[in-house]
Amino acid sequence: MRIGVVTFPGSLDDVDARRAVRFAGAEPVALWHGDHDLRGVEAVVLPGGFSYGDYLRCGAISRFSPVMTEVVAAATQGLPVLGICNGFQILCESHLLPGALIRNDHRKFVCRDQPLRIENNRTVWTNEYDERAEVTIVLKNGEGGYVADEPTLDMLEGEGRVIARYLGDNPNGSLRAIAGITNDRGNVVGLMPHPEHAIEDLCGPGTDGLGFFTSAINALTRV
Amino acid sequence: MARVVVEVMLKPEILDPQGKAVHGALPRLGFDGITNVRQGKRFELEIEGEVTEERLLEISKIAETLLSNPVIEDFEVSTLRPAQDVASSTTGDGAS
Repeated sequence: MRIGVVTFPGSLDDVDARRAVRFAGAEPVALWHGDHDLRGVEAVVLPGGFSYGDYLRCGAISRFSPVMTEVVAAATQGLPVLGICNGFQILCESHLLPGALIRNDHRKFVCRDQPLRIENNRTVWTNEYDERAEVTIVLKNGEGGYVADEPTLDMLEGEGRVIARYLGDNPNGSLRAIAGITNDRGNVVGLMPHPEHAIEDLCGPGTDGLGFFTSAINALTRV
Repeated sequence: MARVVVEVMLKPEILDPQGKAVHGALPRLGFDGITNVRQGKRFELEIEGEVTEERLLEISKIAETLLSNPVIEDFEVSTLRPAQDVASSTTGDGAS
């Protein structure tokens, strides 16, 4: 199984994301922001970092890169896409996910091992987790405050599209402590914490993050 | 050559931590009586030829597509007249 990981100019976590894909048991395929095709991959990860320097707004310029044109078209056809941190911002700017991510309310960069609750384990990217599983995954962001208008937040909650929520202190001012959401089809997931940094005991807070990658493999295998 | 200005502001209901940080600094510098600060972005677009209605519509499209995120931001488009241009650069010189 081939899972693509896009590298934009300014991506930081593409190598870790490819490594996580390999640890989970799939073949990572490096995709470049200038690519006009997805090389036949069965899922795509948009990694963390500061794509195009995050000038203008986080993810605003990446959204118009050639590879994102392909990702958006394929995602609307059901291709599994996971956007992590900057990848989540890109998914929101691309309108694949509702809402937006703004500067942390306390104005400081946050970097910590973050407890989360998996609120929806029925998506392509979360099906390996137990319902309401509590996990610890690395969180590191400057602009991770999830915002959307009240009707959108109510819609996300009502349709079970909040897939992960921060436990304990809200680390970045995200409305309703939202850490991750999915689209109506459950194939596109945006997540502010970094599961690719929590896949082995040697470095990071444990292996709780691996489930996002094994979930995709599981979902694609079942098809 | 004409210049068109696009100003982008966070919607009033969206928290503006940068504006808050600036606001918080003012009393420390001895500036009192400022009740709120909101920080935005200003883009100056230099265009070929005259500013026509068509051009302005196109620039609104640019503002909506790239310069702002309509989920969290509002924008305003205005034309900078050559006279204003001179005036503003004079002010700039005077300040330096």
